[in-house]
This record gives sequence, structure tokens and C-alpha cells, in this order.
Amino acid sequence: MAPHDIRRPFKRAAISDQQKRRELSLLRQAQNRRDAQQQARCLASSILSLQSAAPESQPEQSDIELETVPEAEPESEAFSKDLDVRQASKLRGPEVRKWFARQLMLPEWMIDVPDRLAQDWYVFARPAGKRCFVVSSNGTTVSRQRNGSILHHFPSALPAGAKIRDGSGSAQSYCILDCIFHELDQTYYVIDMVCWNGYSLYDCTAEFRFYWLNSKLEESGACNAPSHYHKFRFSAVPVYNCDQSGLHAAYTGVVPYAKDGLLFYNKHALYQTGNTPLALVWKDENCSQYVIDTDGKGEIPSQQQVVLELQDDRKLVTSDDPPVLFGCLDGDIIEKSGLHTGNLLRFAIGDGGLSFVDGKLEKADLIYLGKSNRARAFADSYSKVLFQFMVRHSPLKIDDLLASINSANDQEKTPSDIEMVG
Amino acid sequence: MEVTQVLLNAQSIDGAVRKNAEDSLKQFQEQNLPVFLVSLSGELANEEKPVETRKLAGLVLKNALDAKEQHRKFELVQRWLSLDGNAKSQIKACLLTTLTSPVSDARSTASQVIAKVAGIELPHKQWPELIGSLLSNVHQLPAQAKQATLETLGYLCEEVSPDVIDQDQVNKILTAVVQGMSSSEGNTDVRLAATRALYNALGFAQANFSNDMERDYIMRVVCEATLSPEVRIRQAAFECLVSISSTYYEKLAPYIQDIFNITAKAVREDEEPVALQAIEFWSSICDEEIDILEEYGGDFTGDSDIPCFYFIKQALPALVPMLLETLLKQEEDQDQDEGAWNIAMAGGTCLGLVARTVGDDIVPLVVPFIEENISKPDWRQREAATYAFGSILEGPSPEKLIPLVNVALTFMLSALTKDPNSHVKDTTAWTLGRIFEFLHGSVVDSPIISQANCQQIITVLLQSMKDTPNVAEKACGALYFLAQGYEEMGPSSPLTPFFQEIVQSLLTVTHREDAGESRLRTAAYETLNEVVRCSTDETAPLVLQLVPVIMMELHNTLEGQKLSSDEREKQSELQGLLCGCLQVIIQKLGASEPTKYVFMQYADQIMGLFLRVFACRSATVHEEAMLAIGALAYSTGADFAKYMPEFYRYLEMGLQNFEEYQVCAVTVGVVGDISRALEEKIVPYCDGIMTQLLKNLSSNQLHRSVKPPIFSCFGDIALAVGEYFEKYLMWAMSALQSAAELSTHIAGDDELVEYTNSLRNGILEAYSGIFQGFKNSPKTQLLIPYAPHILQFLDGIYMEKDMDDVVMKTAIGVLGDLADTLGSHAGSMIQQSVSSKDFLNECLSSEDLMIKESAEWAKLAISRAISV
Repeated sequence: MAPHDIRRPFKRAAISDQQKRRELSLLRQAQNRRDAQQQARCLASSILSLQSAAPESQPEQSDIELETVPEAEPESEAFSKDLDVRQASKLRGPEVRKWFARQLMLPEWMIDVPDRLAQDWYVFARPAGKRCFVVSSNGTTVSRQRNGSILHHFPSALPAGAKIRDGSGSAQSYCILDCIFHELDQTYYVIDMVCWNGYSLYDCTAEFRFYWLNSKLEESGACNAPSHYHKFRFSAVPVYNCDQSGLHAAYTGVVPYAKDGLLFYNKHALYQTGNTPLALVWKDENCSQYVIDTDGKGEIPSQQQVVLELQDDRKLVTSDDPPVLFGCLDGDIIEKSGLHTGNLLRFAIGDGGLSFVDGKLEKADLIYLGKSNRARAFADSYSKVLFQFMVRHSPLKIDDLLASINSANDQEKTPSDIEMVG
Repeated sequence: MEVTQVLLNAQSIDGAVRKNAEDSLKQFQEQNLPVFLVSLSGELANEEKPVETRKLAGLVLKNALDAKEQHRKFELVQRWLSLDGNAKSQIKACLLTTLTSPVSDARSTASQVIAKVAGIELPHKQWPELIGSLLSNVHQLPAQAKQATLETLGYLCEEVSPDVIDQDQVNKILTAVVQGMSSSEGNTDVRLAATRALYNALGFAQANFSNDMERDYIMRVVCEATLSPEVRIRQAAFECLVSISSTYYEKLAPYIQDIFNITAKAVREDEEPVALQAIEFWSSICDEEIDILEEYGGDFTGDSDIPCFYFIKQALPALVPMLLETLLKQEEDQDQDEGAWNIAMAGGTCLGLVARTVGDDIVPLVVPFIEENISKPDWRQREAATYAFGSILEGPSPEKLIPLVNVALTFMLSALTKDPNSHVKDTTAWTLGRIFEFLHGSVVDSPIISQANCQQIITVLLQSMKDTPNVAEKACGALYFLAQGYEEMGPSSPLTPFFQEIVQSLLTVTHREDAGESRLRTAAYETLNEVVRCSTDETAPLVLQLVPVIMMELHNTLEGQKLSSDEREKQSELQGLLCGCLQVIIQKLGASEPTKYVFMQYADQIMGLFLRVFACRSATVHEEAMLAIGALAYSTGADFAKYMPEFYRYLEMGLQNFEEYQVCAVTVGVVGDISRALEEKIVPYCDGIMTQLLKNLSSNQLHRSVKPPIFSCFGDIALAVGEYFEKYLMWAMSALQSAAELSTHIAGDDELVEYTNSLRNGILEAYSGIFQGFKNSPKTQLLIPYAPHILQFLDGIYMEKDMDDVVMKTAIGVLGDLADTLGSHAGSMIQQSVSSKDFLNECLSSEDLMIKESAEWAKLAISRAISV
């Protein structure tokens, strides 16, 4: 233990000029930051005061452009969505079907495993039941199925979902939920949240929407047991990060509903209406009763059946955007059966099956069966046809999914810049 | 493996043998750590082994337990904790045995290793029997073992924090240590070891110092030890007194008279190392009283905090003469020797602290000494008198000092040119600097510098800049403070007529052959910087003329080829000074439009030079060049984009510099400058910058002080790029959210409170920037999910009641920004928050204008948000 040094600074200024330069720089930076913020706020304040002052005292403000340009956009957009929902409820017949069908995000079928499954995706067990859109507004709640038909009309604890005076049911307010109605326990399982209490979540990533869904749904009381003002129970589904344990939990975990496959949602994807590859559905016999499509009688046909749309040049296409071409229909059949452009037609896939070149469909052995059920709004999607085809021939197994997560893990462990020599 | 031979080889003079031995030690350690450590401890304990290998074995063992770098240290601690229990027991047994070795080096090494092990294990409640077994038979031990035991206790107290040892054991340690110190202990080595151990154990003695009897006993033994015949014991005992003076200031009243007598005797009669500690005792008391008085502004209210006992004021009549005597004991060339520290310097320093502690009261006690000695033929007397005068210039009131200064100024100016002794001139120039620092400028009512003497002062100072390097350096310092005093003088400065001459003289100084001595070149550039900072519009054309001159100097530093590492260091230092100077000039000229416009003609060339300065180095960036670039970006605005392709990699390099965290911090600040300058043109560089900033936040190796500015920088970037920030939003928000949770509650000392407030401010500035950046974009709703948490954070810090004014202003601003950007989407959330009511009202009625202004903004934005 050596003696302790007690030297003090001698004949020295207490602060070095370098330190002073640092501090003056920081001061300047802080000042500049303040100026930049102040500028942003000033702009906003002048707009705000103009807006609040304008209706009363100075309706003919000359620099009115200041008032309208920056503020108006997000507001009017939200408002226009609001209008859409209400106007849509006045639509009738096929239009309403089409309109509502277009509002749902439709997962593609998983025909190959996306990259970075573990990092970028969520997984959850899809409840078996009727996919529907639940809209609460003006003190009532309506659920509509994919084809636009009303499933229930009921009071709910969702904001604006029942006629009670608790302040939540303001005229502006409404909710749109993407749900699956599960018959057995009469519960709406909410699989996505599109609008909540007037806030549009269309442009939010899945990560945000699920976060919001989990916190808000519970808070609203919509998960409570049914009561006079709340006819059906709502429930969120457990969502997992799609790593090995998450996938395992979704696949084997016990849930209060019957499972119908697994849904995979890309965390960064916004709520995109229509078919999207950023949401995927996959199933096998262990997690779904309905792996292979059944016909109208509930039986599995010996040959895979598909529904395609007839275009005016006789082409048969899927519902994808852009559509995928499956073949052309004989002019004879069109004439004989009195088919028109836009008709949805049912085909069986013959023994020739589907053939691919470079991963693209080249030829399909289609056998015409007839017009499809009137309730159908759309042709099948390419991924659905392919998934069904694979299920019958060489299905994508849960082990394949797990293996892809594991191999991605392995890849991350090894340095990326390996020189290939083999 | 034969450890002895390997350890011997590891100390061989033959490099190859040594290398070989080190490699085999490393290999052994990697192959079987427990066996390796056990054999080292066996070597240390083995009386048959040579002393060098025993010592080295202990040292290697010690290095396996502790390291300087925090993360390495942590690894070693974890490694020891998870080591096989058997091996650990064997090692500990060997270590304890070694304490009784007849070989002193082996004992001393074992002491240190035991303390390291204790430092790891005691906090984990392991090795509970250690202290008991050390102390069990301390009285029966032979002197050598007793000394080793006390030394071990000393190291242990240094290693372990007081809260891991319970009072019962503390009592035992203190009893053993204080008994070992007492005069009844016949063995000098034991007494010395005990005294040094007490120094470390004092921090554990809180309870014992509150007990009158125990405290009296400890103080008596310490004071007795200051009278020991052995000088090392006296020195160690005074070190204890110094430590007690700061740790137990409030307990000293009963002993202060005795301590004064002891210290006075030591200062006057004892050997220098002891005398220095005796003076340090009083300097330390000054530090305490200055802190207390600053905190309470003199009127102490009697709460639980420590009151001022005015020990210095009471001791003043005896203390000042004692210190004045020391001033006459100068060493011949102490001004040229950077490392000098002697009794005259310590006494002078203490005198300055006494002046700051008591103020006016010191003046009448020192003035007679000055008058008596200032014109004596002996240089020591003239220097001591001048130093005494310089020392008391800070503390007493200007009213008291100005009459003296008015009389002394002419004398000083004349001494600076005419005194034959360099030491006197050095102190005279220093004293002039102190006069200008404390008694010149807008703070003083009656100026000491008039038009009449200004010319003379400048002439004398410029002339002294040609004197020996140490005198010239002090003259530069005096000029620095002279210029500073004219900083806020309005459009016209008394220095204007001399500006050209001053700048010329300073540049001449920088070119002196001997400018590398006594920090002279640095002082000259620093003074030039201050002269530029304090210049007025009148001299702006002259500052502009300086630009190509400094650029040429910087250019010249880049011409050298193939430098040795020593030359490289000098080159880098000079580049730092020149970049610093350019930074000051850029900031000065950039502050007004006309000069900025003219200056911009040099921008390309200057940037080119800065980039070449960066290119001189391989892995680090030059902090000063970085600072200067920040200033340049601010002045250049959006045009700075053209430099980005080349500059970007250095920016990235700066952000990655965790070692020199100042460089990292400065670079983060420059990212802010560049964001504001480039606005959306920074987008192409954002991926890289944001990735690096997020990495920095998650690093344990980066100094924590850099983290708050990183958050502020998020705000700068978001404000600059608007909705494009969406890409980073999730990551930035998640980092902000976890930091916000951590910073809501503070438990800790003042330093932690200050840090937490700076962290909060950074977080809030980030939120402000993000909200304002997203405003008017169609993506504002992306922010909605974050609003509840942000409001909760605002409520949380408001409820804690410990935020400072800066945080308050930023926080209430964020509330406004949130309301403004989210509008009706957040209306009901805002209404439910405490912030929108109590906090807002408190800010609206604040006396701080900035807080009030931000609050008005928030009020307006909220009223709009909830009205829709």
C-alpha cells in the first residue's frame, strides 16, 4: 500500500480550451436543435390559431392556404374511410359482397417457406369457423362474412358497439375487426384489428396492430362474458414469434377453439386488402380437419377441383392480381353452356396434373365441370390451387418448416463471407 | 508441468525463452484452469521455492482474478465463481498459509491475492469464515504474520464495498487495526501496516465514528501515530487524517485544535512527504467548507445535512502565517518541471483555497506579507509575495480587492518586464492573468483597465510572449482572460486597435522553436481562439484574413512523410490545435450572414483539409476535426451534401469509437448538425447511421454519457427526414421505451440524478423530433400506439418531482408535440393524463420563460386536439 498522491493543479486555469470548445459546440447544437423544433412548432401554432380563429372572427382570412395545406390530409383520409364504412352498409346485393370481400386481407397459401421466418413472422393457430368482418358503429355491431352476407347484428362492448351512454359511442367512433366466428363457443376470435375507436390501423404494421389489439380489446370489455349489452364474447388469439418454440406452441398448443391450420403474418406488413403473400396459411391433418378441399356434399373428390375465372379472350385465370393463366377454354363449351366473361367455372385437374418450368406453371390438365356455386365471389388463388395440389402429391410438412427455422439459425452462426471452394 | 522452471523462464532476460514460457503458461491455463491455479497457489505457498517464482506465481494468480477493463473483469469474476469448489478451497488454504511465511514478498503477494478473492466472494456471501480466520489469533502471531494479516485487511477493505461486511466483523477489523497502530505495538512494520490498513478501513467505520468513545479512541491513536519516530508511519497517519477530514468532517470539532497543533508542527519541522500531507489536511477541509457554503449560500438551516463548522475561519489567524511561511520554500526550477510538487506549491494552493473559503477576512492577513516582501532583493521573497497576492484574488469581494489591484497593477507590469528572476516573472504573469480573470469584465463595476493603461498592458504581455516558454505561456494566459473580459462589450472593443498586432504575436509564438515546452504552443492557439471568439464586427475582416493563414498551417502538417510515432503524435496534436482554431473561426464567421457569405469561398478547401487530416490516421478520427466539421455543416447548410460521399466513412468511424468516447460523443453531435443542414438529403446515409446508433445504445462498452445525446440525435434525424423515419421507428421507439422505463425512477447520488435527467432530456428530445417529423405526413397514425406509453412516461417523471428545468421544458414541449401531431386521435388519452392538467398548470405558472413558452405551446396544441 503506497502513499497516496495528493498533487493539485498548480497555476492552471480550471478548464481547458478544448473542453470549452466541446461545450460551446454542444451549446450551439442545443441552440440549433431548439431553433429547429421551434420552427416546426411555430408553423403548427400559426395553423392552429388560424383554424380556431377562422370560423369565428376572420372567416375571410387571406392567407387561407396556410390553413388547408398541411393539416388537412391525414384528417380527411381517416374521415373518408369512416364514410366508406357507412356508405357500404347501404349497398345491396352483389356489390355489398364484393365490397366487403375486398376489405379483408386474404392470406396466400404457403407453397414454399419464406426466408427469415423466425425473425420476421408471427404464427398463430387459426380458429375454425366463419371468417368475418365485425364493424361497430352508431351503437350497433354487425358481422359480415367474406361474401358480404350478415352473420349477426348485435350489441357489443366494442367502442360504439351498443346504445349505451358511456361516452365511448361518439358519432365519429367506429371499429373494424377481422374475426373468425367459432360456432362451438359462440366466440368471435379477433385475428386482426383494422380500425379501433376511429383510429385507422390500415397503415400500421402487423406488429403494431397486434400490440394494439391485445391492449385495447381487453380494455374495452369485449372479452367479457356475454351480457345484455354484449351478446357475443370476443377473444384475441395467442400470437407467437415464429421461432422454433413459437411454431411448436402454435402447432401443438392447447387453445379453446378448434384449429384450422396455422396463419403466418409478416411483422412489417401493413393491413393490405385482398390476396397478400405477407400473410400465409398452412395446414396438415394434425392442425386442421379440412386439409383437402371437399365438394358440396362434404366429401373429398377423387380429383382436385379448382374454380377459375373466364376472361373475354377465353383465358382461364386465378383471382390473383395480376391473374395467373391456367389455360384457355374451348369456344364450343362457351357457346354450348352459354358462358360469359367473368363467370367463375369449376374444373377438375386430370391425370396430367400441373407441370412447371423454372417454378412457373406451364400447363394444367383441366377438365371442365360446370359453373361454380353462386355464393362464390372469386376464383381460387394460384397459391390455393398449388397448395391443394401439393397436399395431394408432396405436402409441405411441419418438419420442413421447423427445419427451415433451424437452418436459418445455423446460417446466422457461421460467418457470412465464406469463400466457396467446392 | 514443472511450474517453477516455467515461471523462472518467464522472467528470463532472453526474449525467446520468456516468450516460450509465457506461451506454456497460457496453454496450461487454457487446458486445465483449476489445476493451473492450484499449482500457482502451491508455488506461492512452497517455502522451498525461489522467491521470484513465488512472487510471480502470486501475480499470475492475481491477474487471473482481476483486470482493468470492466467487461474482462466481469468475465474473470464469473470464471472464478464457477470454478470447482475443491480447487478454490485448496487455493485459499495455500494463500492463508503463505501469510505466515518468513519471506516478506511471498506474504505481501498472498495478501493482495486474498483481497482479490474476497472482492469476488464476499459480495456473494461466500468465504464467510475469512475475516474470522484472519483475526482469530492475530494477537498470538509472530510479528511478520501479524503484519501480513493487517496488510491483508487493508487490501480487503480497499477491494470490498462497506455494505458487504456486517458491523460485527467491521468492529473486529477496526479493533485489530487500531490496536496494531497504537504506541504499545513495538514492531514498526506491524504499526505501519496497521496505519495503512486503517486508511482503507475508514470507509467502514461510519457506526464507530458515531460512537463518541470509539471515535475518541481512533482519533487518539491516529494523532499519536503522527508523532511516531518512523517517518512512514507519520506520513500514513496524516493520510488517515486527510481521509477523515473529508469522510467525517462533521465529527472533527472536538479534535480540530489538537490537529492544528500537530499539522503546524509537521509543516514547519517534519520531512517534506509528511509536511505535504499536513497541508493537504487543511486543503481538504477547505474543499469541504467551500462545498457546504456553496450549497447553502452561507445560511444553513439546520436540516439533516452537514453544517459548516467554520474551522478555517477559526484557524485563520494561525493558519495563514503558517501557509505564508511555506511560500518561501520554493525550489529553483519548479516552473520548468511539469511534475514538481513541493511544500511551497502545496502551501500556495492551500492559501488560494483558504481565500475562497473565507473571502474578505484573508486580505488583511496577507497584505502585510506582500508589502514586506514584494521588493526584497531575495527573489524568493518577491516571488512568495507575488504568489500570495495571486492566491487571494479569487474569494474576496471586488470592493476589497480593486483598490489593491489598482495600486499593484503598474508594479506588476513593470516586474513582468524588468525583474531579473524568471520565477518571479512567471508568477507575476500568472497573477496578472488572475487579476483579469476575476476582476475584469462586465461583472465588475469599476473597471481596472482604462484606455490609459490598456495599451501598456498589451505591450507588456506581447513582449513577455518572447520570454522563456513558461513565462510566455503565462503571458498568453493573461491575454486570454483580458480578451474574455471584453466579450460582451458591444460593437466596439478596446482591443480592436491592437487586434492585428495581438494575432501576429500569437502566431509568432506558435512558430517558436521552443513552443513545445511548457504547453506554450497550445496556450498561444487557445488565446488566439479566445481573441477570435471575443472579436467584434469591426475586426471581422481581420478574422477572415486569418482563414487562409491557418489553412496553410494545417496544409503544412499534411506534407510530412514517414513519421516516427513520436512525430506522428506531435503532428496530430498540432492538427488538433489548428482544427480547433478553424472551428472557432467557422463558428464566429458563420454567425452573421455577410461574413458567412465571404467565408464560404473557403469551404471546399477547408473540408478537403479536414478529410486529409482524417486520412492521416488509420482507425480513429480526429476529434477536433470532427468538431470543426460540425461547425462547417451548420454554416454550409444543404450544400454540405456534396461532402457526404467522402466524409461518411469517417462519420461512421467516429460513431464506432467506443474507446475514446469523447470522439464518439462529438460525432453524435455532428450527426445532429448534419441532419439539420441536409434535412431530407441525409436519407441515403440514414440506414448506416441509425444502425450504428442503435448498436451503440445496446453496447455495454460505450461510456454512458454518450447515450443521452444519441437519443437527442434520433430526434434530429426524425425532424430532418420526416415520415421516412418510419423505417427506424419501431427500433428507435423500443430503445426509447426501455430507456424511459429505466429513467422514470431515480435512486442514487447527485451524479446519477444528473445523469438520469440528461437521459430523460435526450429521450424527450427524440420524441419531440419524431412527432414533429411525422407531422403533416399521412403516417402520423403510426405513432398512435406509442402515445399511451409516452404520456405515461411524462406522468411518471412529473410524479417523481425530481426533474430539472431543462427536462421540464422539454417534457411539456413533448406533450404539445404529441397533441399537435396526433390531434383528435390522442384527445381522450391526453385528457386522462396528469401531465395535461397538473403538470401543464405548473409549467404555465413557471418563472422560467423557456418552460412557460413551451407550456403555452402545449396548451394551444391540446386545446385543439380535444376540441375536435
